[in-house]
Amino acid sequence: MKFNRKMFAKVWLLLAMIPILFFIYAPVAWLVTSSISTRADLLALPPHLFPANPTLKNYTDILMPGTGVSEVARTFKVTLVNSLIVSLTTTFICLLIASLAAYALARLRLRYKNQFVIGILSVRMIPEISLVIPLFIVAARLGWLDRPIVLIVTYLSFSLPFAIWMLTTFFESIPVELEDAALIDGSSRLNTLFQIILPLAAPGIVSTALFIFLLAWDEFFFALIFTSTIAAKTVPVAIAEFTGRYAVDITAMMAGGVLAALPPVILALIFQRYIVSGLSAGAVKG
Amino acid sequence: MRKPLTLLQQETRDGLWMLLPAIIVIAVISLLPVLFTFVLSFTDTPLSNPMPQNFVALDNYLHFLKNADFWSSIWRTLYFTTVSVGLELLLGLGIALLIHAKPLGWQFLRASLIIPWAVPTIVNGAIWRWIYNADFGALNVVLFSLGFIEKYQAWLTKPFLAMNLVIVADIWHSVPFIALILQAALATIPVELEEAAMMDGATVWQRFARIRLPLLRPAILVALVVRTVEAFRVFDIIYVITQGGPAFGTVTISYLTYLESFTYGHLGSGSALSFLISAFTLVMALIYIRFLYRPEALR
Repeated sequence: MKFNRKMFAKVWLLLAMIPILFFIYAPVAWLVTSSISTRADLLALPPHLFPANPTLKNYTDILMPGTGVSEVARTFKVTLVNSLIVSLTTTFICLLIASLAAYALARLRLRYKNQFVIGILSVRMIPEISLVIPLFIVAARLGWLDRPIVLIVTYLSFSLPFAIWMLTTFFESIPVELEDAALIDGSSRLNTLFQIILPLAAPGIVSTALFIFLLAWDEFFFALIFTSTIAAKTVPVAIAEFTGRYAVDITAMMAGGVLAALPPVILALIFQRYIVSGLSAGAVKG
Repeated sequence: MRKPLTLLQQETRDGLWMLLPAIIVIAVISLLPVLFTFVLSFTDTPLSNPMPQNFVALDNYLHFLKNADFWSSIWRTLYFTTVSVGLELLLGLGIALLIHAKPLGWQFLRASLIIPWAVPTIVNGAIWRWIYNADFGALNVVLFSLGFIEKYQAWLTKPFLAMNLVIVADIWHSVPFIALILQAALATIPVELEEAAMMDGATVWQRFARIRLPLLRPAILVALVVRTVEAFRVFDIIYVITQGGPAFGTVTISYLTYLESFTYGHLGSGSALSFLISAFTLVMALIYIRFLYRPEALR
């Protein structure tokens, strides 16, 4: 009797998972099948959900563009490279500055430390739209518009407070005795940080780096305002442009979408464990 | 000869040097811009010549207070925020509880949740825009073949419907985030607590309402505040799916700020709007700190 009830519960729960999994995967499946369809297949009437003649042409159009491909599709590859450069550089600089600050906040006796941490939390919440106008004016004066550097610098506005917060939490979870020993042996603070703490905090650092990379890869608004040509344009802007002024280039947009989604999705799946622990450490990327 | 520093003085000195780069960066790219925005909001600076120009006192603010477009964008933003965050919390909590019950394949479900969370917002918008497509979109194909609609619908041509469809796309992206944090919080609840309750004959509902819900409260509040702040500033997904249309039906406060500043080129009044957004964010930040931030967590 009890057994039957348990079985019933299991089956019921399994059934509850089906609509959720459908809601998760249906849009993904639609993205992927659209990306391997020909234009004719997509626009066929009556429509079919699976392409009659699957093809990788949309991908080759983007990655090895021939003639007769739209401007945005032809330059998509360049925007992928831009996104990669901007995201990686942001991640690197941000980790460097943030680990110094987080070490001080986690370990040293400082006055106004709590106020500082509260300040960091508030700064993390400032939306990009509240910063964009002055940053735009200054970037224009400096001649930085449409150059990767403007994105790298401005992306620190959201990634840095975020990284400091997350790393502080991670550093605090490391036992203090090891560094005390190193400090007594005459190691300098910077040495202690780089040789003792950072290796021990590796999981936290990987997790933080991952979140920053995802945030930077995802970023759209600053890229939309600050860049205009392939000199600095990132992938999200390129994808938005497929729907742009002219007709929607749906096949290119879907293939581009898959390419843009692959790096973050693969990283997130590989480092799943870090994502879940990062989220619960109060790390936040919506 | 200088006196050697005490240990505490040394720590202060080292600490300041270590914090200095972060302080400079945050001051230059976050704090000063917010102040500068405030100053600009009292001017009529145009995009074409972006240096602070004529001082217009409170004109920009007064203009919006009397402006119907402004108020409707506020209502739309509040509608978007309430409905999407509300539904996301409910669904997220449901999924978290489901995973916690560990049915067959729960690991697969949890890994699957990571996918929509990791898909870039713009790609998310692009997918849903194509799903809603009036002539060839999957929504029409599926609903038509199941007999729910008699002819293809142009989903994104009705303002209120378009807003709700944008909400669906936002839910797809954000529910996983909430489900993942709540599931992690559920996992920290001691098993003994629930076992004891079960021994005492507590029903499933009692265990949920008396044990899980109170213990989940902090995690729920974090999710709530974070998602509210994010939903209030929603821009990217609207830009891709509807571009604010149809008939301004999806113009939220951020979108209005964008239009005002960079489409109409009024940096002055755009600054006034963006300062209002900052003010709202500040209030939310204060709530967050007041209720959720515990300094003892940082020793």
